[in-house]
Amino acid sequence: MWKWLHPYAKTQNAYQLCERLLPWFVVSAFISFTLGMVWGLLFAPSDYQQGDSFRIIYIHVPSAILSMGAYSAMAISAFIGLVWQVRTAFMAMIALAPIGAVVTFIALFTGAAWGKPMWGTWWVWDARLTSELILLFLYLGVISLYASFEDKQQAGKAAGVMAIVGVVNLPIIHFSVEWWNTLHQGASITKFDKPSVAPDMLWPLLISILGLALVMAAIFIRRLQNEILRREIHRPWVQALVAEAKGK
Amino acid sequence: MQFESFSAFVDMGGYGFYVWLSFGVSLLALGILAFDAVRQKKVLFNAVEKEQARKIRIKAAKTSATSQVKSSYSETQASPRNEEMKQ
Repeated sequence: MWKWLHPYAKTQNAYQLCERLLPWFVVSAFISFTLGMVWGLLFAPSDYQQGDSFRIIYIHVPSAILSMGAYSAMAISAFIGLVWQVRTAFMAMIALAPIGAVVTFIALFTGAAWGKPMWGTWWVWDARLTSELILLFLYLGVISLYASFEDKQQAGKAAGVMAIVGVVNLPIIHFSVEWWNTLHQGASITKFDKPSVAPDMLWPLLISILGLALVMAAIFIRRLQNEILRREIHRPWVQALVAEAKGK
Repeated sequence: MQFESFSAFVDMGGYGFYVWLSFGVSLLALGILAFDAVRQKKVLFNAVEKEQARKIRIKAAKTSATSQVKSSYSETQASPRNEEMKQ
């Protein structure tokens, strides 16, 4: 596997792989995201307690899960970059950070807009909400730390260490609803043995999660390409690439 | 289909404001992110193109300048020498 994977540490190969993958991801992201949203908003039955306000779940839960998923991916990239000195891994890390930050913001915002009609308040300083807010600050910290170094290799190392240290927040977010008393409800779908969501509601939710994941992946692929271009702008292969694209 | 009319769909059982606020802001945020990713690539490509055009201009200016110098040099040098050579 390593032999197969190793060539993609080279930026040119990674860029070309992105170029090949991007259309597939864009198409599948568009289809699954639209399907998830339409199914959730139009066809899923309304909740017997929360009425139609529960439909926020189809954007809130995917964004909350994937805000943590994106953080894990970012931290793994940082780890690969630090341990094996792979420049491309740092580029992947910084391509992911703003996506994760936006998705975390969406999780917080939709949570607030759901909390207002159901809990009677936009925000409470309880464990789940506060730890998710800290996740947003960790993303912003990684982005600004990376931006503050002129030497991007140094920047990758510094931001990478911060990303890895921040992983400690992920189990805190996940278990916050069990460790502390909170307004936020417990996990519903990560109990795989017996999910406590009706299948009619669960299926559109799973598709929404897949859809948002693919949307994020497509944006990530494009952002990784941009980061590679930005760092390798004087390399002959980039010059040739642009000359070819502009010559057409 | 869970809703009987379009207005019922918009109303979301009285929770329309919260539901559409959530979905609107989320789609807007993702849209900005996607749009920025697409735009950045164009910006970078244009920057590379500009740099290439600049290099070509510099090279062209240099070669024309050197050829001018060379030609003026050969003109000034050539004439007396040629005279000498003839003699």
